[in-house]
Amino acid sequence: MMGGEAIIKALKEEGTDVIFGYPGGQILPFYDMIYESDLRHILVRHEQSATHAADGYARASGKVGVCVTTSGPGATNMITGIATANIDSSPVVAISGQVTTELIGNDAFQEVDMIGITMPITKHNYQPNTPEEIPSIIKKSFEIASTGRPGPIVIDVPKNVQEGELKYYKKDLFQTPGYNPNLKGNIKQIRKAVELIKSSKKPVILAGGGVIIADASNELKKFSDLINAPVTTTMMGKGSYPEEEDKTLGMIGMHGRKAANLSIEECDCLIAIGSRFADRTSCSLDNFNHAKIVHIDVDPAEIGKNIDIDIPIVGDGKHVLKSLISLIEEEKLNFSDTWIKRAIRMKTDYYPKMSYDDYPLKPQQVIKEISEVLNDDTIITTDVGQNQMWMAHYFNTNKPRKFISSGGLGTMGFGFPAAIGAKVASPGSDVLTVTGDGGFLMVCQDLATIKEYDLPIIICLFENRTLGMVYQWQELFYAKRFSHSKLGEFPDFIKLAESFGINGEHVEKVGETKNALKTAIKSGEPILLSIVIDKSEALPMVPPGCRLSEFHGDYKTEDI
Amino acid sequence: MESHIISTLVEDRPGVLQKVTGLFTRRGFNIDSITVGESETEQLARMVFVVNGDIKILEQVTKQLNKLVDVIKVRSLSPEITIRRELCLVKVKVENEQKRGEIIQLTDIFKGNILDVGENSLTVEITGNPSKINSFISLLKGFGIRKIAKTGSTALERDIKS
Repeated sequence: MMGGEAIIKALKEEGTDVIFGYPGGQILPFYDMIYESDLRHILVRHEQSATHAADGYARASGKVGVCVTTSGPGATNMITGIATANIDSSPVVAISGQVTTELIGNDAFQEVDMIGITMPITKHNYQPNTPEEIPSIIKKSFEIASTGRPGPIVIDVPKNVQEGELKYYKKDLFQTPGYNPNLKGNIKQIRKAVELIKSSKKPVILAGGGVIIADASNELKKFSDLINAPVTTTMMGKGSYPEEEDKTLGMIGMHGRKAANLSIEECDCLIAIGSRFADRTSCSLDNFNHAKIVHIDVDPAEIGKNIDIDIPIVGDGKHVLKSLISLIEEEKLNFSDTWIKRAIRMKTDYYPKMSYDDYPLKPQQVIKEISEVLNDDTIITTDVGQNQMWMAHYFNTNKPRKFISSGGLGTMGFGFPAAIGAKVASPGSDVLTVTGDGGFLMVCQDLATIKEYDLPIIICLFENRTLGMVYQWQELFYAKRFSHSKLGEFPDFIKLAESFGINGEHVEKVGETKNALKTAIKSGEPILLSIVIDKSEALPMVPPGCRLSEFHGDYKTEDI
Repeated sequence: MESHIISTLVEDRPGVLQKVTGLFTRRGFNIDSITVGESETEQLARMVFVVNGDIKILEQVTKQLNKLVDVIKVRSLSPEITIRRELCLVKVKVENEQKRGEIIQLTDIFKGNILDVGENSLTVEITGNPSKINSFISLLKGFGIRKIAKTGSTALERDIKS
């Protein structure tokens, strides 16, 4: 068995059924070995898409996503995707080719120090020196990528290691005594949290992406029911709790829903689970509310990093919530429903206005129509910018792993290739990506991929011919000096799609989104909807450094 | 800003030092010094850092170091029970016999060693905590210092007798 074959065997033993990749010189031996193997390979059209697709696959399925590229430029093209996965704690294993071991350090053709480059943006990385190391490295990589706080792993494989014969196939050559994620949570701390919750009058739960990663949605629901606390989420936590239910107030933060932001300001006890208190979530680290805060996170370094915490609990959402629930049940505690009733009223009072009959179309109306057609199992991916925040703000996600978006890194060009990964992971679910004209053009070459592999993804391109978020900030904070944020007339997105053999449709009026989506879902073919929206429509927002209640301008609410 | 001593046990592998120092750069932590060497366990090295910052920074440094897979153990050493040593080599000018004698005498007082005797210079070795070394260096300044080579601090905690 050669090194490349060992990669394939070890990947399959870890449960990998598909990899996303792009071949090149130093990974040729491996590509020669997958030629006749039964490991499915999706050829994307840019290495960055391979990483985003692997990431989308991981986020949709909870399994480790795998991508492969060649050395040098192929490897560096993965960097954005690896960094995206890293900050959003997504389990990705990225395999890059490397020049042969004797050439390393000689500045050989297409040589780059992938290990050095990826140190700050991976959970861990490896470079096998011999073919025998490969099985153990792959096993460890999957273990580290998917446990504790998940994250990406890079495996940089020199060409001669791919070609070398293994003397033996063993998977236990390495130990990692320095890697021991603590999942359970300290019971003394959990007891303290119960005492605090007991004494609070207005508890609020903030669910982050960690709840989804820990598969703790059921526990979250039970816990919030027990203590009568409304649930807010971060953007990464969207879907951890059904947003259509009364007591989910929605996303908080710079572009959060008003009721959610106000509840954070008003609460006297905040229970944050699997959230980093990122600046886009808290807006102002100094002006964040002065309630007592319980912070549950599997990564101890996140606790106390951004804001001061009263009760830190190191553990994953599922384990800690289970313990909290059983302690509260043991004590047969009852919690008043005065606050939750008030929170629900706030939600109704400040429900964002969704219905508009304007021309050009308002994004809210488009999102309303999208919601009316899709079921709860549809996977939504978004790009980054206004399209993303409109979706995060206005769209109700009711199940975990159904809202996939680049949170921490804010990577334009993420949404479409992530949808490819999500569709490959869940062929039975509808997959819809909401994107903008800026971000989509960064990755539009992968229209070829969805055509070739017959992946019926629905692309909703919000076309306003601007870099919307940049435009909005320039309007608000840079005296309307729209420096390089207007994108001009080109391309014609319909013709662009058609050149890849994909149908496109212009949407301009109320009702057309809904009809086009219905037809698209029925057809089972990929489609690009170019939805022309009002470029002057801005997002509700709290300017950076302000309190969460300090919305800029009017917050338009639905008349009920 | 206070200075803190952090002792870590790490995998003795290529790239580990880079991972650790890269982390300090990326997170904006200030390192005064690092020393690295073999530990009591085979294949594990002990790295000792002197870091500047308040308690919050110290906590973040410790937690972030702990996250590195190659880092086995991290401990912030309590200053009151920590034995801390640096090694310093000084090449000092010798103008005449009298000065030579004075330097040798000073070296004796500081329990240092003369490592090399040149025609116009002496090379002295001294170990101790940073303040001892600093006062030795400032005493030698009057003679004219040609070169200084210093290690950072390495440290262990004392066994506390109960």
